[in-house]
Amino acid sequence: MNRRSTIPFGPQHPVLPEPIQLHLVMEDEKIIQALPAIGYIHRGLEKIAEKKDYVQDIYLAERICGICSFMHSQNYCQGIEELMKIQVPDRAKYLRVVWAEIHRIHSHLLILGLLADAFGFENLFMRLWKVREQVLNIMEKTTGNRIILGVCAIGGVKRDITPDLVEDILRELDSLEKQLPELCDTLLKDYSVKQRLVGVGVLPKDKAYELGAVGPVARASGVHMDLRERGYAAYGDLDFKITMEEAGDCYARTVVRVKELYTSLDLVRKALKRMPQGPISVPVKGSPPADEVLARIEQPRGELNFYIRGNGTRNLERFRVRTPTFANLPALLHQLTGCELADVPVIAICIDPCISCTER
Amino acid sequence: MLENVSVISIDHIHEQVWLLKQDGYRFVTMTCCDEGEAHDVLYHFDKNYGLKHLRVKVPKNTALPSISGIYFAALLVENEMKDLLGVAVNGMLIDFQGHFILAEGAPKTPLNKSVPGIGIQIQEKTPAAAEGTVKS
Amino acid sequence: MFNLTNSLFRKLFNRPETLRYPFVKRELPEGTRGRIDIEIDKCTFCGACEKRCPANALKVCRDPKSWTLNPYACIICGYCIEVCPKKCIVAHKEHYSPNV
Repeated sequence: MNRRSTIPFGPQHPVLPEPIQLHLVMEDEKIIQALPAIGYIHRGLEKIAEKKDYVQDIYLAERICGICSFMHSQNYCQGIEELMKIQVPDRAKYLRVVWAEIHRIHSHLLILGLLADAFGFENLFMRLWKVREQVLNIMEKTTGNRIILGVCAIGGVKRDITPDLVEDILRELDSLEKQLPELCDTLLKDYSVKQRLVGVGVLPKDKAYELGAVGPVARASGVHMDLRERGYAAYGDLDFKITMEEAGDCYARTVVRVKELYTSLDLVRKALKRMPQGPISVPVKGSPPADEVLARIEQPRGELNFYIRGNGTRNLERFRVRTPTFANLPALLHQLTGCELADVPVIAICIDPCISCTER
Repeated sequence: MLENVSVISIDHIHEQVWLLKQDGYRFVTMTCCDEGEAHDVLYHFDKNYGLKHLRVKVPKNTALPSISGIYFAALLVENEMKDLLGVAVNGMLIDFQGHFILAEGAPKTPLNKSVPGIGIQIQEKTPAAAEGTVKS
Repeated sequence: MFNLTNSLFRKLFNRPETLRYPFVKRELPEGTRGRIDIEIDKCTFCGACEKRCPANALKVCRDPKSWTLNPYACIICGYCIEVCPKKCIVAHKEHYSPNV
C-alpha cells in the first residue's frame, strides 16, 4: 500500500533567490499536490504608501523589487501621469525605453545564470553573470547606480544621455554581443542540459490562459500576450517581433528568454539612433484628483498592474500592486502535480520567482 | 479613468463572472479599498488587451461569495484580501484561515484605515545635568 | 557536447577576471551617487530637504544653526539634491564608510 508524506521545500534552499515555502504531498517519488506558504518577506509597503506623499512614493515603488526595479518606478510614473493628465516629452519616452530594455537584459541574464546553477552547471552560471557585470557598468555610467536607478520622475526623467555616452553604450553592447553566442549555444544545445529541461513541467495552452499565466511562461505555451504591443512610451514607433514557442516546457521558456535578449539589444540600438532632441521633463504642480486608474506595463517576468486612487490631497488613497509572479503561482502549482522530486528545483526557478515583488 | 465599469450587487457576482468566462476573458486581479462603512471591491478582467471591470460594494461583516470555483487563480487574491483587509470570503477551494501572508502575532487586518501603522520612534535622550556635584 | 572548451583553454592562461580588492580599488565612473554632503556656507536652513526626505534622515535646526544627516537611514535617492533652492547639497563618488 502506498503511504503519503509531506516534504517542505524551502524557505531556505540553495536554488531559490528569495524565501518561499512549498508543502509537497508525495507518494513514493511523485508529487500529488503542492501548497504554497508565503509571507516571509511581507513588509507592508501598501500601508507605507498611504503615509508618504505622491512624489516620495516613486522611491518607495522602486524598492519593491531588487531585480526589476526600473519598471516599477516607470509604471508608477505612467499611472500618475495618466491620472493628472500630464504629457511627457518625446525624448523622455525614448530614454525610458533605453533604460527599460537594458534592465530587461540584466534580468534575463540573472535568471538564466540561476537556472544553470539549479542543475549544477556552475561554470556557465559564472560566465553569464560576468556578462551581466558589463550591463550593470552601463547603468552606473548613465544613471549613477547599478540596480535601483532613481532616474524616473513624474513628467519625464532626471538625467540625459550625452552623445559620447551613446558611443560608450554602443561599444559595450557590441562587445557583449560577441560573448553571447557561445554561452547561448551551451544553454540550448548541450546534451546534459537538454536532458534536464526538455519535457519537464509541461503547461498546455488552454490551461495557461485559464490559470492566468503571464510573461515568458505564457508565451512559451503559445499564448499571444506581450503588453509592449500596446505602444506605451515610444514602443509604438519601434517595430519588433514577440517570440513565442509551442511546447510549454522548461526548455521552451529558456528559448523564449534567450531570444528576448537579442530583441532587447536590437530595441536599444534603434532607440538610441532615433532619439529626438528636446526637453527631458515638464514641471508638475498640484495633487492627484479624486479618480482611479489601472496602469499596466511589461516587466521581464510578465504583466505588472498598479491600481492607484487619489483623493485630492498629496497622499494617495490606495496603491495596490499585482506582480507577475503572483499571477504565475497557480500555474506553478499545476505543473508540480505529477512530477518527480528531483525536478522541483528546476520547475520552481523556471517561472522566474521574484518573491519580494509578490509579497511587497 | 477606468472605462467599462459595471456596478453589480453581491447576488449577481457568480452569474456575471460565469458569463465573462464563457466570453473568453482572462482573470487579472481583484482590488479592495476601505471606505469607512463598506469595502469597495473591484474585479478586473482582460481579453486582447481590453479591460473590463465589475464593482461591488460590500458592507462590513457581510460575506462575499468566492469565485475560485470558476477561476482557480482567484483563490490566492481572496485569501490575501481576507488577511489584510478583513473581507469575509466564504467558499474558497483552499482556505488558509487568516495566515496566508500574515504570521502569528501580527496585527489583524492592517490595511484598514482604522488601524494605525507601526512607525519607528527616534529616541533622543540626554543625561541629566549634574548639578551640585563637586569635582574632586 | 563540449561547447565551452575553446574559451576554456584561453582563460586558463590569462590573468583572472576579478580585482584583488583591498590592494586594487575599483575605478568609479563620473556621476555615481555615493555619499551625500552639503556646502554649509550656502545653506539658508529653510528646511525643504527635511520635509521631503522619504526616509526621515535629515534634521535642520534654525536656532543654533545646524544640519544633521543620519547616514544609517539615508537611502541615497537624491530627492534632497533636487529640492534644495540654493543647490548646495551634492553627492560625492565614494560611499559612506563603516566608521562614520
